[in-house]
Amino acid sequence: MSLSVTRRTRLSTAWLIVLVPIVLLLIAAPWWAGRADLRLMGEIALYMSLAVLWNLLAGYAGLVSVGQQAYVGFGGYLFFALTMLAGLHPYAALPLVVLAGFVISAPVAVLIFRLRGAYFAIGTWVVAEVFRLSFAQMASLGGGSGTSLSPDIVRSLAEGRDAREAVAWWLALGAGMLVIGTVVWLLRSRQGVALTAIRDNELAARSLGIDIWRTKFTVYVVVSGLTALIGALIFLQKLRISPDAAFSANDWTAFVIFIVVIGGIGTLEGPILGTLVFFALRETLADLGTLYLIALGVVAIVIMLFAPRGLWGFLRDRWGLELFPLSRRVSGLAKKEA
Amino acid sequence: MDWLNAILQGTLLGGLYALFAAGLSLIFGVMRLVNIAHGDLIVLSAYIALSFGVSLGLNPLVALLLVVPTMALIGYALQRLILNRTMGEDLLPPLLVTFGLSVILQNVLLMGYSADPQNLQAGAIETASVTLGPLAVGVMPVMVFVTAVVVIAALQWMFYRTALGRAFRATSDRQDVAQLMGLNRAHIFGLAMALSLAVTALAGVFLGIRTAFDPAAGGARLIFGFEAVIIGGLGNLWGTLAGGVILGVAQTIGAKIDPGYQILAGHIVFLIILALRPRGLFPRIDG
Repeated sequence: MSLSVTRRTRLSTAWLIVLVPIVLLLIAAPWWAGRADLRLMGEIALYMSLAVLWNLLAGYAGLVSVGQQAYVGFGGYLFFALTMLAGLHPYAALPLVVLAGFVISAPVAVLIFRLRGAYFAIGTWVVAEVFRLSFAQMASLGGGSGTSLSPDIVRSLAEGRDAREAVAWWLALGAGMLVIGTVVWLLRSRQGVALTAIRDNELAARSLGIDIWRTKFTVYVVVSGLTALIGALIFLQKLRISPDAAFSANDWTAFVIFIVVIGGIGTLEGPILGTLVFFALRETLADLGTLYLIALGVVAIVIMLFAPRGLWGFLRDRWGLELFPLSRRVSGLAKKEA
Repeated sequence: MDWLNAILQGTLLGGLYALFAAGLSLIFGVMRLVNIAHGDLIVLSAYIALSFGVSLGLNPLVALLLVVPTMALIGYALQRLILNRTMGEDLLPPLLVTFGLSVILQNVLLMGYSADPQNLQAGAIETASVTLGPLAVGVMPVMVFVTAVVVIAALQWMFYRTALGRAFRATSDRQDVAQLMGLNRAHIFGLAMALSLAVTALAGVFLGIRTAFDPAAGGARLIFGFEAVIIGGLGNLWGTLAGGVILGVAQTIGAKIDPGYQILAGHIVFLIILALRPRGLFPRIDG
């Protein structure tokens, strides 16, 4: 009559086993995918990372930010500055970008955590605007019109164009796995239990002795640092940065929010599924231009109104699916009663 | 004298920001709703006035007689048909739905009117000015400022002296009890949004006369209105006017130092006030 808590299910074990060949296949992509496919896959990996990170912020910590473009742009600009102005090798610059993301987001968090709920959301937007306007003032980085990554820095990554494309893909894939790995690790840790409790009921979580401010602060700083890393990789792929592209609310926040809402907010699988749906739609409907964005907005509103847990939430409610071993299941309760 | 002029122009600009903010403040006060699409609705009002101007040949100031009721109707319908479904304990649905609405509005305007900047032509009044000693003051900015004062006084009077205001305050205090007392919550919320967008219509038309606007202009307007609300203190309408003036003056003084600092200066003053007085300068209610 022993009680035991498990997180693994048969499905999640099967998934982890399937995941190994999938990851190996993805690592080998430069040998089987064309250049254009590789670029698209890199973009998917980076968007997936942004979606997983935003979901951790909004879906778990209840910090609905509409200003994460602040850190995408910050990461991109810092990467350009560290490589071009400070002369660092790109590989040395990337960890520094993450570190700088942690350092800059901590005081920002202290300030904007004073705003509650929905006003917090707009506060994050103000911060993103401050970042954008500040970087637009920096003449050494091209001011308002931006700058391009100098060719010798691009060349320092690898010899030859194909090799460079492969490196860019491995960096994007690596960042994606780092992000998902970090989120899985965080959610399985003590902090993760606290976070899930906050997600389900903030008041009850507080009465159990969870330090809500500190938990949210940790999440905000971790998410922001990793978002800065993704930003650096996005602009390493694009090779060009400008304030409007780097701090675009549409590209780095609107799309990401739609991905998470459609996929299912508050689950890890949701944003991953959402990214795949988003890119499938984009590749087929992108010719529609503005109409595509309108359709995306309508779909997001309809999902929010009628199926607020998104596609994955629907699958999960129906069949109890869970791919990543995150939620805890207690077994042995029935035996105890007997 | 240049500085005095900057302060004066900033104060008048603050009237416009207070109009951006009043609608936002109103719906937050009544139903704790923050409308991310608020700025886009301001821009929508300007485009509606533009269309009335083109089709009926109306001066935008006359077109207000049509734009205000149109926006009020849109507000009531929006609240009853969509936003009321999102109201509850959870903050996420209203936020994400109004966010989706914002993206939809921007792209619908983009399809309908293209990305070219537009302007509302109000005629001679646009450039008319009066001289106050050494300073010249535009008639239009003064009119906007006076309108902001009148709107806020009217809202204040409505809140504390009328049956509708009592219904708003009752619903704001305890939604469930207000419902038990025979108030129809869904209808009250619809009226609050209608009123909010009526004010938004004024803001949009004045914005369109003052500067060029395009479909993407809404975001910045939402932010200015929001900053005015937070600087002034949540739930305090006169505080919102003061917040608008502080923001306007910060921007004109920033622009005086360097044109590139105009908007940045406003944001920085907002962040400083948030750091020193997180509840704003004249708070009434808790967020």
